[in-house]
Amino acid sequence: MLTVISFYLLAFTSIASAFMVVSSKNPVHSVMYLILTFFSAAGLFILMGAEFLALLIIMVYVGAVAVLFLFVVMMLDVDFAELKQGFLSYLPVGALVAIILLLEMLMVGATYFAGETKTVVVRDAGITNLEAFGQVLYTDYAGVFEAAGFVLLVAMIGAIVLTLRKRDGVRKQIPSEQIARSKETGLKMVDIEPGIGIE
Amino acid sequence: MMIIGLSHYLAVAAILFTIGVFGIFVNRKNVIVILMCIELILLAVNINFVSFSTHMTDAVGSNPMAGQVFALFILTVAAAEAAVGLAILVVYFRNRGNINVENIDLMKG
Repeated sequence: MLTVISFYLLAFTSIASAFMVVSSKNPVHSVMYLILTFFSAAGLFILMGAEFLALLIIMVYVGAVAVLFLFVVMMLDVDFAELKQGFLSYLPVGALVAIILLLEMLMVGATYFAGETKTVVVRDAGITNLEAFGQVLYTDYAGVFEAAGFVLLVAMIGAIVLTLRKRDGVRKQIPSEQIARSKETGLKMVDIEPGIGIE
Repeated sequence: MMIIGLSHYLAVAAILFTIGVFGIFVNRKNVIVILMCIELILLAVNINFVSFSTHMTDAVGSNPMAGQVFALFILTVAAAEAAVGLAILVVYFRNRGNINVENIDLMKG
């Protein structure tokens, strides 16, 4: 009974907040609702018995991706009211496509999986979700795991290369030039005449 | 109705996916919200994968953890996509001073 109540609560929260992500006027609010969506989705994952993925979703999405979004939204000085224009004119075609898409998916799902009312399968006694994960992740899927790490490396380098820039007129410390300084280049002896001053 | 099964989770995932697609349609000018909608779509796909992996463990010849491992990789790709997408957005803003997607086709041949 508690499972049913929590499922409907989490499902409703995730869907409502996902809708608010789309329809919110302020992108900062959108990011906040996105965080709420991910939290409730993590709750759904826990209900399904996938605890590790639930925690991972919170760590990766809320801890990294949402903060990244928030950072960019707040850093860019954009007139968001102007970007919101045309919302109503795009609404009919968007709603049409969305309704057709949803009906198609629900039809396929309803015809294919309607007969099944199976409850969540609990993992074999003695093995937690994390253990089951670890048993296959570094053995059966070791190659794909390495590839995933490589994807992250490429994304990191790509993001740095994209946003790196040289700016003129910025005083910056150049250590090699500092070290290469000698007495001859850095020191100048001046004989000051009385009443004239220096240069 | 009182027993939560596979179809319930699939319905939630389908609705989330649809909201994501709908958001791309209505927020056509705002790249940041479009990127968020892509994250929503990927989350819906993840819910599908996890619900299949936890509900169909008795299928013949299946690895019960395969769906969850794949969801982990989707998570990786989603994070990478968000990072690169936002980097491109920052560079575009630096060059143009706005993030209006409708002007992005300036370089069309």
